[in-house]
Amino acid sequence: MALNKELSAKDIVAQLRDGMTIGIGGWGPRRKPMAIVREILRSDLKDLTLVGYGGTDMGMLAAAGKVKKLIYAFVSLDFIPLEPFFRKAREAGTLQGIELDEGQLHWGLRAAAMRIPFLPTRVGLGTDQLTKVYPELRTVTSPYDDGEVLLAVPAIKLDVALLHVHKADRLGNVRLYAPDPFFDELFARAADRSYVSCEELVDRIDGDEIDARFNLVERNLVNGVALTPGGAHPTSNVSIQGGGYGWDAAHLKRYCAAAEEDGGWQRYVEEFLRGDEAAYQQAVGGADAILKLPRQVF
Amino acid sequence: MATTDFTLAELLICTCADVWREDGEVLATGIGIIPRLAQGLAKLTHSPELMITDGEAYLTEEPVVLGSKNHEGRRYGGWMPYARVFDNVWGGRRHALVGPVQVDRWGQANISCIGEFAKPKRQLLGLRGFPGNSINHVNSFFVPNHGPRVFVDKEVDVVCSVGYKPERWPAGVKQDYMRIHRIVTDLCVMDFGGRNDEGGHAIRVISLHPGITFEQVQAATGFPLLKAGNLGETAHPTEEQLAIIRRLDPKDMRSKQIKDNPPGIRS
Repeated sequence: MALNKELSAKDIVAQLRDGMTIGIGGWGPRRKPMAIVREILRSDLKDLTLVGYGGTDMGMLAAAGKVKKLIYAFVSLDFIPLEPFFRKAREAGTLQGIELDEGQLHWGLRAAAMRIPFLPTRVGLGTDQLTKVYPELRTVTSPYDDGEVLLAVPAIKLDVALLHVHKADRLGNVRLYAPDPFFDELFARAADRSYVSCEELVDRIDGDEIDARFNLVERNLVNGVALTPGGAHPTSNVSIQGGGYGWDAAHLKRYCAAAEEDGGWQRYVEEFLRGDEAAYQQAVGGADAILKLPRQVF
Repeated sequence: MATTDFTLAELLICTCADVWREDGEVLATGIGIIPRLAQGLAKLTHSPELMITDGEAYLTEEPVVLGSKNHEGRRYGGWMPYARVFDNVWGGRRHALVGPVQVDRWGQANISCIGEFAKPKRQLLGLRGFPGNSINHVNSFFVPNHGPRVFVDKEVDVVCSVGYKPERWPAGVKQDYMRIHRIVTDLCVMDFGGRNDEGGHAIRVISLHPGITFEQVQAATGFPLLKAGNLGETAHPTEEQLAIIRRLDPKDMRSKQIKDNPPGIRS
């Protein structure tokens, strides 16, 4: 029987369980699988451990009380340096977190991808990470003549990875045409199961040699694909093939303002998350408006 | 030709550009408006061999103009996604000019949080790339608000980037790849060429910005400073440098980087 991995975002979330460790691809306000995140927000899931280069994904799930623990290199909206709900939770002392160096996080995912317990690095030695930030970290001594002491970044094993890409097929092949793929590949390799939301879904991708170079990972790592055009909103989904969209700065500012108000998150939920994804897109200006958001220029 | 008509921001861009002099083909990363203009200025003047990015994922030989409305006309020599940034960092082929919130006498810097890590008084950015940058390649600091809250008297609240404190370097931990090159502030330029009583690296002032005295700098610093033997005035921008800065920043974003946009020569 031919493979057909098509699911809805809701189907994907139905396969998640309380207490899971979930890695989310993208980077800050860039290419977050927000349509899936919104389905998690609408669900009863709780006690999640989230792993990633965080943005609105981590901020919203923390604001909604879904998070037990964050494993993060940062939680930022880039043009707004700190995710507002992350900051709130940190300053209230209510967030259990492991703060990693940006490079360490990719190293921990790589260790998990290779099914080894840790990978050595110098990164973190000489800092307060080993004392104040993450005292469970351990060092190892090189067994060779150099005898160098290195930090052992523990493998960050994921139950599930959630990613957003430009195109997928029903077999699970994916295409990512982003300027920077970030570490989405490692999230998929570190996870038992990966689910991908996409802007375009076809029966079978039959690319040429150049196009095939844009497959993020092999299809045997992709367990489900969901068609969610505009699904990265309010984060960006730039495509080097043209098209794609920037992040919604106005919406993100509004979201940040909500974090400053008492009951602000509840009001955000009332306004944007009470209905389904179509209702969400309507509330933020419509699907067409999302796809037309201009790419940010740096 | 040096000039006398320039703002403090312009002086700092020129002074920051100097941190990359004679670095060779490293990835130059300036974070923030002034450091970013400085990296472009360095490349277009004394160090054309530097590698710089477009601010996103591509290498370019022509620094991008700040405030551009679109990507038209951009040409790229190569690709520099974050995976390769880390490869350059861990391989030591980078010199970053970064803006720490706290710096101590050992050059250790903090951008994670103020107060206790478990429940911070003020959450800052987090560790970000500081641990990896600082132990793997040369770094310089840009501090546009030189004062005792930045240059703290004790150790920084969270040591995010490594410095020259011997207790932080137990036997077997390799310190060979770390170096803090310069600290450029709104008052002066400093380096680690001094020696403390234990023979370790100590911060010394190597040049004072026009109109600033060593006593002013010392009063704004939470630990004792040394004075370089040839301590003089920071070089003024040249007309050539100012013309390049204006071309890279046609909307004068630099004028909003320092409160009240003071003149470069202060009295």
